[in-house]
Amino acid sequence: MARIITVYGTLLLGAFGRTLLLALLGLFFACFIGLFFGILGVVGNKACNIISQIFVDIIRGVPMIVLAFFVYFGVPYLFNNIIGGFNVNLTALKAGTICLALNCGAYMAEIVRAGIQSVDIGQMEAARSLGLTYGMAMRKVVLPQAIKTMIPTFINQFIITLKDTSILSVIGFPELVNTAKNVQANTFMSFQTWAIVAVMYLIVITLLSRSAKVLERRLAVDR
Amino acid sequence: MIDKSEIKVSVKNLQKHFNDLEVLKDITTDIYKGEVVCVIGPSGSGKSTFLRCLNRLEEVTSGTVVVDGNDITSRQININKVRENIGMVFQHFNLFNNLNVLDNLTLAPVQLKKCSKEEATQRAMKMLKKVGLEDRGESYPSQLSGGQKQRVAIARALCMEPDVMLFDEPTSALDPEMVGEVLQVMKDLAADGMTMVIVTHEMGFAREVADRVIFMDGGYIVEEGSPQEVLLNPREPRTIDFLNKVL
Repeated sequence: MARIITVYGTLLLGAFGRTLLLALLGLFFACFIGLFFGILGVVGNKACNIISQIFVDIIRGVPMIVLAFFVYFGVPYLFNNIIGGFNVNLTALKAGTICLALNCGAYMAEIVRAGIQSVDIGQMEAARSLGLTYGMAMRKVVLPQAIKTMIPTFINQFIITLKDTSILSVIGFPELVNTAKNVQANTFMSFQTWAIVAVMYLIVITLLSRSAKVLERRLAVDR
Repeated sequence: MIDKSEIKVSVKNLQKHFNDLEVLKDITTDIYKGEVVCVIGPSGSGKSTFLRCLNRLEEVTSGTVVVDGNDITSRQININKVRENIGMVFQHFNLFNNLNVLDNLTLAPVQLKKCSKEEATQRAMKMLKKVGLEDRGESYPSQLSGGQKQRVAIARALCMEPDVMLFDEPTSALDPEMVGEVLQVMKDLAADGMTMVIVTHEMGFAREVADRVIFMDGGYIVEEGSPQEVLLNPREPRTIDFLNKVL
């Protein structure tokens, strides 16, 4: 154990840094995707609602590992070989970020939709009755209240996204699991390697889930 | 106070269906400038729906609603512009929970660029004074009693300086001891000459303040007239039956 930590410690820490980076990047774009499709799911327009539902259903219906292969290998192949004339080349980081953003975004969309729908309809009606547009009412009245109820669920989604980065080891992005595989191959010390990896995830995820709990309690007091 | 030469709200053959449910079957009435109209009737009679059609919170199925010469059922009309002149007060107050009292009052005037933030705040303070809550500007809705919330809601509507005020059972969700303070604010408003349409179960208030009482049942206006006519000497059997139950 000590040998792995002294020799491979910085390598693993660096890899974990890339894991966090990937998760944060994915989450960042997922927020926009989630907000966009979440709002699309609640506006008073059937076509928008259906588009939002189709997006969510497709992404949720495909395992992330399939999504990863599809984005990393499938999409460039489509453009370069089937359609032809393109030279699409995604790095593992880009492909990984797209995967996480799509996957997490679909779940975010559902969180946003549920959050908005949890705000009493009377809030929107009162805002509209004053002459505010739908967009103003959403921005100034409904969303601020919805986001408050969504924060704990957001953190849980971040935890899931963080764990999902491990799936992206299959497309060769040197995040923690991918790096640990190499460490194991070099040292043959599987137990020690995976124990260290598990503890690294565990520490960060425990911190996150604790803070979600605290926030949940504090927000409950506010109401 | 009533100016019979100016019709504020004109409703013609208004129908409202929710899928198969016909809530409003055929409503025709005119509301004059400065008139205080109380709408009474059993629950499910369509009175709240009628009120919500007057600012298009409900899309009408057929018929016309003309407010200040604008047919609000028309697709071409900018409904937001029309709504700026129609204040609405709800049964459940619907104060913006994420904003304090002052921000509740200034949000719409500032967002809609009716005036600067300073002017809006000044007007908000004036309105809060009017409803007796000038010391609660910094409070959040959750810190107010029901009666206070409803008075803030009235002040919020007044900050847009509307020509017409709609009240949807404004005292129905209040504890009995708080009904009086809200009704008093509404009486003051009526005395100032505001055009008001009030859906209410407060028969005493209707008798005292209304210029006209409309009794609705089953999606129709069954009877309308002065409070003396409708509340004290009703002619329609359904009105008599309803008043016997509630008085």
